[in-house]
Amino acid sequence: MSENYAPKSAVGRWFNDRLPLLNLIYGHLLPYPTPKNLNYWWTFGGILTFCLVTQIITGLVLAMHYVADADLAFASVEHIMRDVNYGWLLRYIHANGASLFFMAVYIHMARSLFYGSYKEPRELIWIIGVFIFLLMIATAFMGYVLPWGQMSFWGATVITNLFSAIPLVGESVTNWLWGGYAVGSPLLTRFFTLHYLMPFLIFALVILHVWALHVPGNNNPEGINVVQGSQDTVPFHPHYVVKDMFALVVFLVVFAGFVFFVPNLLGHTDNYIEANPLQTPEHIVPEWYFLPFYAILRSVPDKLGGVILMISAIAILAFLPWLDTSKVRSAKYRPLYRQFVWLFFANVILLGYLGAQTADGLFLIIGRIATAYYFAHFIIILPLLGYIEKTKPLPKSLSEPVLSPEERQMKAAASGASA
Amino acid sequence: MSEKQVTRRNFLYVTTGAFAAAGAASLAWPFVDQMNPDASVKALASTEIDLRPIIPGQSITVMWRGKPVFIRRRTQAEIDEAKKVNLADLPHPEEDSDRAQNPEWLVMVGICTHLGCVPLGQKGDYNGWFCPCHGSHYDTSGRIRKGPAPTNLEIPDYVFLNETTIKIG
Repeated sequence: MSENYAPKSAVGRWFNDRLPLLNLIYGHLLPYPTPKNLNYWWTFGGILTFCLVTQIITGLVLAMHYVADADLAFASVEHIMRDVNYGWLLRYIHANGASLFFMAVYIHMARSLFYGSYKEPRELIWIIGVFIFLLMIATAFMGYVLPWGQMSFWGATVITNLFSAIPLVGESVTNWLWGGYAVGSPLLTRFFTLHYLMPFLIFALVILHVWALHVPGNNNPEGINVVQGSQDTVPFHPHYVVKDMFALVVFLVVFAGFVFFVPNLLGHTDNYIEANPLQTPEHIVPEWYFLPFYAILRSVPDKLGGVILMISAIAILAFLPWLDTSKVRSAKYRPLYRQFVWLFFANVILLGYLGAQTADGLFLIIGRIATAYYFAHFIIILPLLGYIEKTKPLPKSLSEPVLSPEERQMKAAASGASA
Repeated sequence: MSEKQVTRRNFLYVTTGAFAAAGAASLAWPFVDQMNPDASVKALASTEIDLRPIIPGQSITVMWRGKPVFIRRRTQAEIDEAKKVNLADLPHPEEDSDRAQNPEWLVMVGICTHLGCVPLGQKGDYNGWFCPCHGSHYDTSGRIRKGPAPTNLEIPDYVFLNETTIKIG
């Protein structure tokens, strides 16, 4: 697709002959053949790229004013909010940007689950995606520690203490992570360093993610294979560039709504109290996007068991392409999976709700059932469905399902005549 | 069976590789070890406390190695309660006499052994400490009785320098 591209200007040709960078960009962004029926759920890839770039740019400028030292961090964030020109805006974009980044990534993952985008031949795209998600979790968690408020400090304490559950070496590992005997300045400084590094690792993985995507091409709502360059595909530009742009503008309306009207809605008020190692807040709650995993952690009465289960909840995603034994991708043609996948989404939202409640009584019991169901979905339901489900017949092309019966007949007659 | 002869070249190849691996591993250690507690952190390893201002039934919290340490002058009722507990009922069985050198003074690290929160004093089902984070209940000897914490509150190394002063660490 990119071989016969020649830049129009002489300078462009001179450059491209020596380094075919323009070829590469051209091939992947302009004529790249894309299934013609992608719906708006497919626009979140572009939205996520925008989120990553936004976080990197706002993070870069915030780092020019922030001080990663336990005695100065809280004050430097207040300095950004009050004194730095537009500091309040930059910080609110960065803080809410993280939330919207997760909102978008959860939708992106849900789309993949619903339409079976993780299946052969796209397993590696999915697995790279799981690694991106892991890095996002680490980056967001470390970023939340940096303002050094009460939630930052106690969130860091609870999460780094998870490592103390490792048998034998647990205490040495936590002391090594802390650079001391408790959460303090050494930890804050190294978290800042890693928080700065990780988005660039994510960026590198995103390039691999897109590269791996462009080998088989996009999945689509019908979940069938389309021939690249056939009538079922359209060039990425202008069709999907325009569609992605429109979706991005709508997303930005929501983004701006958070930043300008309710910038602290998704945060926790306790984080405006400076970290105090002598006083634990009444309820330690992680950011909303970690709540389902937090609920899984708390549903186990054993410390090590809880940690293992929480890690498994994410790690199991990497094995999804092989746990799902059905060859049919799209839930549109899988009557049973279609119901179970919605049940799974509802269960994750339920876990998120439980993660924000106190872990006792009825909440704890429901939490345990929801945790069991989360794993049952992957270990029992998905492998079994492939064998017992009677899937609907797949269309031969992307056009077929949208044609009227008359059009379908005409098309069949035409192809019959030409044969 | 084909006879594989170990040549001089094989030997040099393997020894070179082994030296390179050992060199890389030893060079990696400084990069790992730099994250461990440094000399300035370790230098703060002991704290002396004057116990005179504390009356029975009162607790103070002091900082030791960046961690809170609870020092409680227990009332007779609390001591009795701690002593009469049947060890078989405890998830982490320890005698009260092993936890307090002098029964009147309970000195322990004020960090929940579950995930590191600071428990609240004289709260919970056992009238000892209660961790608000995930609901661990400790008794008047700081022993875990109910909830997710795996072990009793940690007792730091401390000595009574005289009747009214202790040194932690």
